[in-house]
Amino acid sequence: MSHQEVLRLENISLSFGGVKALTNISFNVYEHEIRSIIGPNGAGKSSMLNVINGVYHPQEGNIYFRGQVRKKMTPVLAAHGGVARTFQNIALFKGMSVLDNIMTGRNTKMKAGFLSHALWIGKARNEEEANREKVEEIIDFLEIQHIRKTPVGKLPYGLQKRVELARALAAEPSILLLDEPMAGMNVEEKQDMCRFILEVNQQYGVSIILIEHDMGVVMDISDRVVVLDYGKKIGDGLPNDIKNNPDVISAYLGTNQ
Amino acid sequence: MIEVTDLTFPKLLLQHAHRIPKQPAYREKYLGIWQEISWEKNCIEIQEIACGLASLGFKRGMNLALIGDNRPKLYQAMVAAQCLGGVAVPLYQDAIASEMIYVLNDAQISFAIVENQEQVDKLLEIKSQTSHLQTMFYEDPKGLNGYTQAGLYSIDHLLEIGRTFSQSSPHFFMSELEQGRSTDISIILYTSGTTGKPKGVAHAHQNFLRAGMNSAEFDKLNSKDNILAYLPMAWVGDHLFSYAQAMVTGMTVNCPESRETVMSDMREIGPSYYFAPPRIFENMLTQVTIRMEDAGAFKKKLFAKAMTQAKKVGTQILDGQSVGLFDRLQYAFFNLTIYAPLKNALGLSKIRVAYTAGEAIGPDLFKFYRSLGVNLKQFYGQTESCAYVCLQPDQKVKYDTVGFAAPGMELKLSASGEVLVKGVSVMNGYYKNPEATAEVIDSDGYFHTGDAGIIDQDGHLRIIDRIKDVGKMANHKLFSPKYIENKLKFFPSIKEAVVFGDAKDSVVAFINIDFEAMANWAERKNIAFSGYIDLAAKQEVYDSIKHCIDQVNVDLSQDPMLSHAQIDRFLILHKELDPDDDELTRTRKVRRAFCAQKYAPLIDALYSGKDEQFIETQVKFEDGRLGSISANLKIAHAQRQKVPV
Repeated sequence: MSHQEVLRLENISLSFGGVKALTNISFNVYEHEIRSIIGPNGAGKSSMLNVINGVYHPQEGNIYFRGQVRKKMTPVLAAHGGVARTFQNIALFKGMSVLDNIMTGRNTKMKAGFLSHALWIGKARNEEEANREKVEEIIDFLEIQHIRKTPVGKLPYGLQKRVELARALAAEPSILLLDEPMAGMNVEEKQDMCRFILEVNQQYGVSIILIEHDMGVVMDISDRVVVLDYGKKIGDGLPNDIKNNPDVISAYLGTNQ
Repeated sequence: MIEVTDLTFPKLLLQHAHRIPKQPAYREKYLGIWQEISWEKNCIEIQEIACGLASLGFKRGMNLALIGDNRPKLYQAMVAAQCLGGVAVPLYQDAIASEMIYVLNDAQISFAIVENQEQVDKLLEIKSQTSHLQTMFYEDPKGLNGYTQAGLYSIDHLLEIGRTFSQSSPHFFMSELEQGRSTDISIILYTSGTTGKPKGVAHAHQNFLRAGMNSAEFDKLNSKDNILAYLPMAWVGDHLFSYAQAMVTGMTVNCPESRETVMSDMREIGPSYYFAPPRIFENMLTQVTIRMEDAGAFKKKLFAKAMTQAKKVGTQILDGQSVGLFDRLQYAFFNLTIYAPLKNALGLSKIRVAYTAGEAIGPDLFKFYRSLGVNLKQFYGQTESCAYVCLQPDQKVKYDTVGFAAPGMELKLSASGEVLVKGVSVMNGYYKNPEATAEVIDSDGYFHTGDAGIIDQDGHLRIIDRIKDVGKMANHKLFSPKYIENKLKFFPSIKEAVVFGDAKDSVVAFINIDFEAMANWAERKNIAFSGYIDLAAKQEVYDSIKHCIDQVNVDLSQDPMLSHAQIDRFLILHKELDPDDDELTRTRKVRRAFCAQKYAPLIDALYSGKDEQFIETQVKFEDGRLGSISANLKIAHAQRQKVPV
């Protein structure tokens, strides 16, 4: 691994009124790595992702993208800066087809104006064709050709998760935030999803920040793991170190006694 | 008959590249759009594959393994191997790794061309257990970036070294190709076999050439025809339709985008020539029925009326018989409003000839398609005879027969009723297995099919059962399990049935429900269920299956040969019979003896009059891991009809 830092969080603290969601958290993400965030419910994992892509603004601390400090982050800036994400509770357009949903992921790449899009002329047309090609590559990559034209609302849960991943990939991100991509899946669906995450990581060289509860999956596919508990960082390191870290065991993994 | 002296498939390739260079040989989707490979380009690519293989050491007489879904590159590789005087050996792409070891060793495979990572992983897993496997090529590089194993290349790499090689030795390809003789072995197809180890069926070029030419002439196939290649390449039918007939006529072979998109791809392509086993035609009809049940009252009524009219005169019109003017007009009206749009939705609009085979097809199902004007016919054949023995000519079609002996074929029945076959398509023999060959081909050159058949009053051949399965019940009366099972399987709610009764005093049955059809039915009836096992055990499901079995018993009671073989007791299995668990062959035929052994406690329970029986079964998952499922299976009684003595 190159160990080039793509993202660094320094002393992040976030509170909602009197509730401290995150307290003084620092960690970094290297280029091309799969970095997992784990912790019990309410530990602040999703808040952490929301801080990274600018939904929440931490009261304290700094975020560095490739060494550049980002003072005021917004989701739009994050998207243009190459951060894409999927959500814990799927956030797709249920009435739109899979293809159209994924096309929305190309939004940041479309430059043509409203009028030319509406009339399907000139730049808009070329743009759409080029973007469609990229989307088709992703459809092929994630093996969802058979549902290309199916409305998302009709699909089973596991496939909707895959479509969400496809939409995130359509933005050609350099950092991908995955919020529990495997929740509620059966073993086979989880295996498929793992395979896709690893392939996305390898093929597109994307850095991935993953929140996941299935410890088997996390320990298998992560390069490094951060552990949160009540908004505090209680562990950070290689999967094997985390497995043997006594604080993590007592807070999260559980003991045999 | 057509002469094929010294013709080979590669020589046909050259002819097409010369005669119809711009016409498409293959079509496949790339990024969602159909792309064509012309015969000219096809020829160039095949030359590159062949030269690439040759430069890496593939020689005359060697076997080339092909594993994957139907892809143009794999078909091209088949021709490429034959150009070099080699033999193509397609393997079933859904076979688990351990099942492949036998074939790879038996055929002494050292080169393999496969579709994707899934197949590469399987081969790498078993490479150390194979005797010769050295070099592998994959078509789809997805997920294979990090693979550094020796001898693993992409097919693009193969094409590239092939280009270099043919530039340095420009005459190599043609001189190799011209050395080919029609008596050379062109293909080895491994039969999955309902018993024992697979056997390699070796066919010479001339066998499939003649089978392909005669059948293409029989149905007037030509280079303008389109076929959809979606059945396993290792299956003889695909080799006859998508390879032999396509190479003979120069028609276009369309390869679906993925296994899941076959139906929508079919709609887009609209093939003119089509093959499907009965279960696929049944699935299509089930889809139509399910959707019609959801339709509004007016549409339902219109549809019902149209179907009644189709039933009344549809097949007669297709067979060119005389039909009254008013009926004709009515049929034409419904054709415009119902039949044609329906056929379009199913991708059957342009069909000139459609075939079904492999299993018996239900009379209602068969008539449904024919009455819509789809020229659906049946044929008969096996791997050993290039799937070319009997064909039904246009306008002489029956649902319960397989037609007459095909051009170039001779047919006779042995004293015991076994179908014996001789002619252009009979194999040279099992690969490296003269003993097994001697068992099935007698000194007069007749191939013993193992099927029990009769010739009906019109001269049609009718297949009854496997001859080894035809037994006697305790009272010495005839027992034909397949015949009864087929009657059961004609019900859309029954996917698979296994009937026992040989040497017993009564007949019992295992039933597999059709999950899709039954789940839909249960939803309609507001029956809650959690999954397959739960649904299969529901009393309402048992009642509905009992109803089907009772009807079969009524049917059987009217058959003087089999009225004593009515079904007495049955149970619904808690799992689907599965090729991965060895219960079915890869072509989905029941392995009767294996099932009887595996489920012996269930058979005992059926005969001992118990009400239920506990069973625990091992299941194999797709990746080869093992698990087990268990259930308490209810045993139910069916209604037997009284038979006048």
